[in-house]
Amino acid sequence: MNKVTKVELIGNVVVISTEGYLNKDLGEEIQNAANEHIQNGVNKVLINLERSNIVNSIGASILIEIIEQLQDTDGVLAFCELVPIIEKTFKIMGLTKYCESYETQEIAISKM
Amino acid sequence: MNEKPTVELKLPILKNMELVATQTAEVVSKHMQLSEEKSGEISMALIEACINAFEHSESKSEVYIHFMIDDQNLTIKVIDKGKGFDESNVKIPKIESKINTDERKRGWGIMLIKELMDSVDFESDHTGTTLTMVKKKDTNE
Repeated sequence: MNKVTKVELIGNVVVISTEGYLNKDLGEEIQNAANEHIQNGVNKVLINLERSNIVNSIGASILIEIIEQLQDTDGVLAFCELVPIIEKTFKIMGLTKYCESYETQEIAISKM
Repeated sequence: MNEKPTVELKLPILKNMELVATQTAEVVSKHMQLSEEKSGEISMALIEACINAFEHSESKSEVYIHFMIDDQNLTIKVIDKGKGFDESNVKIPKIESKINTDERKRGWGIMLIKELMDSVDFESDHTGTTLTMVKKKDTNE
């Protein structure tokens, strides 16, 4: 099952955790979850992909739209707990030029 | 003489059916004792190849995938009966051109396939496209 499993505000960072295949549907679900908080003034978004071990470029493309939205408010998007192939895919696409990738959620929150 | 062992899939064009291909790729990769890294790269390339065949080819029929195993290489063919395309018209995507512009955010598939596999070849005309991609067993390139 592909879904957002948890959305929580930790300090000033909204953490969106997922499960399953990061395809178009899950990408849009992440975007909707992020939008709700961005509209309320949150501008730091962390996506925890610990339980997503596969992605496609359509799902990843939706993350580019989130980067754009956050740039409008001087915000940041970051990732944590990426499996190697997702990390590599994001690097090939250039997402890692715009987003930090952290080993754990705790490290990410402490540095964001 | 001896033909290469081949696994063949026939996938209907249904949502997320590319995951059937990746599951098969994982089994084949394990059989060939490919590294986790190579196995992940093959799965990712296969997902993108299937999406191209499902969506962009506008094929109405099934997509065929052949995994050909030998001692040195895994060769994968993804075959659709769609409208075909001219590879020379495919623009290399750059994220800098996509952020804060009207350029569509999608269009990464072929670049990802080429980056993740050791060799990639397209044969395409108006009757369909055959993508042949190879992962070498023993290189880390």
